[in-house]
Amino acid sequence: MVTAEEYGEFETAWCPGCGNFAIRKAVVKALTTLDLPPDKVVFSTGIGQAAKAPHYIRVNTFNGLHGRSLPAATGIKLANPTLAVFAESGDGCSYGEGGNHFLAAIRRNIDITYLVHDNQIYGLTKGQASPTTPKGQKTKTQPQGVPSNPFNPVAVAVTMGAGFVARAFAGDTDQLADLIVQGARHAGFSLIDILQPCVSFNKVNTYAWYKERCYTLDATHDPTDFGAALARAMEFGDKIPLGVIWQGDRPAFGSIPNGPLAAREPDMAALSEILASYA
Amino acid sequence: MGEATINIVIGGEAGQGLVTVGEFLSRALVRAGYAILVTQDYMSRIRGGHNTFVIRVGSEQVFAPTETIDLLVALSADTLAIHKKQLGANALVLADVAHGLADLPGLAIPYKELCPKPLYENMAALGAISSLLCLDPAWLTGLIAEKFAKKGVEVVAANTGVFQAALQWTAAQKASFACLAPPVRTETRLMLHGNEAIAFGALAAGVNFCSFYPMTPGTSVIQTLIDHGERMGLVAEQAEDEIAAIIMALGASYAGARSLVSTSGGGFALMVEGVSLSGMIETPVVIVVAQRPGPATGLPTRTEQADLDLVLYAGHGEFPRAIFAPGTPEQCFHLAYKAVDTAERFQSPVFLLTDQFLADSYRDVEPFDLDSLPPVTRPETSVIDPVGYKRYAVTPSGVSPRVLPGFTPATVIVDSDEHTPDGHLTEDLGVRVTMQDKRMSKLDGLVAAALYPNLYGDAVDATLLVCWGSTLGAALEAAQRLDAQGETAAVLHFSQVYPLVGESFLPVFAEAKRTVMVEGNSVGQLARLIRRETGYVFDALVTRYDGLPLTAAYILERL
Repeated sequence: MVTAEEYGEFETAWCPGCGNFAIRKAVVKALTTLDLPPDKVVFSTGIGQAAKAPHYIRVNTFNGLHGRSLPAATGIKLANPTLAVFAESGDGCSYGEGGNHFLAAIRRNIDITYLVHDNQIYGLTKGQASPTTPKGQKTKTQPQGVPSNPFNPVAVAVTMGAGFVARAFAGDTDQLADLIVQGARHAGFSLIDILQPCVSFNKVNTYAWYKERCYTLDATHDPTDFGAALARAMEFGDKIPLGVIWQGDRPAFGSIPNGPLAAREPDMAALSEILASYA
Repeated sequence: MGEATINIVIGGEAGQGLVTVGEFLSRALVRAGYAILVTQDYMSRIRGGHNTFVIRVGSEQVFAPTETIDLLVALSADTLAIHKKQLGANALVLADVAHGLADLPGLAIPYKELCPKPLYENMAALGAISSLLCLDPAWLTGLIAEKFAKKGVEVVAANTGVFQAALQWTAAQKASFACLAPPVRTETRLMLHGNEAIAFGALAAGVNFCSFYPMTPGTSVIQTLIDHGERMGLVAEQAEDEIAAIIMALGASYAGARSLVSTSGGGFALMVEGVSLSGMIETPVVIVVAQRPGPATGLPTRTEQADLDLVLYAGHGEFPRAIFAPGTPEQCFHLAYKAVDTAERFQSPVFLLTDQFLADSYRDVEPFDLDSLPPVTRPETSVIDPVGYKRYAVTPSGVSPRVLPGFTPATVIVDSDEHTPDGHLTEDLGVRVTMQDKRMSKLDGLVAAALYPNLYGDAVDATLLVCWGSTLGAALEAAQRLDAQGETAAVLHFSQVYPLVGESFLPVFAEAKRTVMVEGNSVGQLARLIRRETGYVFDALVTRYDGLPLTAAYILERL
């Protein structure tokens, strides 16, 4: 059995009280539950405070560019399907800069688990509106209030028939860990949108704000019922449902090779035959 | 060369099948033992417009395209009007009797009489051309049987029938046209265009991953890889955009694939952040940029060599890279192979800079000797101390031992932030300097491994035509014609344009009577780069940027 200690202890660059600490704890708990040794796990991240997460866990890490955690994760999974591949980043990285990749990843349904730290603000660049900041909320760069409607990633993912869609809250580590485990076990693309406060730059969506609104879906919710899933996905206001919103049965991305590409050497006899056909 | 070649121009609307005629004829000529050089000029549309498929054929090597037409095959009425000024002294026109010959010397082919359906007009055209060239009809009937075999014996018979009828009709016209000289070559050659050769070089080097967003003229590299992907164990994925394409390629490369992306200038503009990422995380990727005229969308289906500056400077920050610029399909194959090894060996982005002309230019190619290719660098397969493994260990060469995630007990950490040797992000400014020096020190290795330019002829007291990439053939033919006129000429061709090694070419420049840089762009980008790197100023500059490939006549008119 893999133990939590194998994932190491690191000093972080996060603000005291940041939801990222709880998410880190849940990730380690989930990886331990999944019995995944650190060298068989890859985390692909973008840029932002959330994207620093794998530096504080002992795992294979591809900390790439802003918005690009999913394309890198896709390449990694295609090149070596034996690795457990996670992508992790914030709401700005995932839904703003990386919006096109988010849509494409859902369509592709490749077996990746996507952890989005959704604090409804840009933290690292100090407090601008993100795609999930509510309309009208005032920020330093939107002093008249955010003019655009917020993006609802969960509703978009459900509508597009994503493999697995869950909403979680950083304040409930056990539930989050359980959802990560379920997402990782789902064969296909799994989105876990993790609500979390930004203690430094979001004075609206605080711990108290989320605690007042978040509730856990009970057994009466059927995540395979599209209509019910869409209704819960659209519920984001006075009440916010947590748990597995939707789980589909689309087959995962098809053309994945049997083993790692690194183990393949070119078949020169085949190439020679192919070239001869160009005579 | 020169008089020894016949320049066949097949013109028509997009969708009329001129590429079918061109490809059948080219392949038949190559099989018969001739040398060919194809130039494809087409408009950015699916139907209509006016396109040409040009085959310059000869018994010996054909270097470059030429303007003068010997045989003009007009599939549409527009063809004659557009190309009649290029007709040579003994030229012949093959036109549809319905369109007429417009008083030009030639044959008006009764396509309606010869063909039961318009679908067969291509075969009638091939029959007429075959007869005029005195090409053994067996080469084309054999090809017809082969290409239509899947459609059944009736289709083969119908196409062969039309071909034979046109052959006999043409012979009966007793048109005066000089036959092709009998071929001198008997050994088998392949027919490949530049982009096919790049794909095969990449496959030979073990490329097994490509992610792409389609863009002319870069797509045919990917298409060729995909055509043989299943058999060669290659994974291809069409990405949502070029940014995703290159990042996916880097993710795959990190995980152990040998990755390639192929695009053109506009698509490459989107990939630029990925180039910088490759430099920072020291993860290999081969980037094929098939140039077309810009800026912006430019002329999507024409040729240019104006993206040297772009690939040279693409990516924020400073990091080493190599840029290859093949001049022939043979070089496309061998430099694609070398690019894969160079990327792996120096853990850096490596470019192949080609262009629409070379990408689409079919040539007769000597089969590659796959057994004599050197081994390709591969990652390390084990680590002595898995816990202490440092992906970016500082070494004298700057190249750190690279292992793959999942293959050893070590965890592999790469980071686009400045990082410590173990891959974790840092803002320690001393570490920053150490790591920047480590990365840049790989440039010394790239310089030591750089290909020197090739000298064709003797540069002493000569007019030295200096060129790079696809311009090689036009420069060689121009030098040959200068020699024939009694003016000593030579060619120095750069198949690698970065990094440059001054000692490899400055002494050659010094020997020459005059140095002329020949480039397919408007400012002389390689001339400027050489001046920046060495201070050397060329005596003259010949540039072309009208979307067409350079030719000997074009160069000679400007000397």
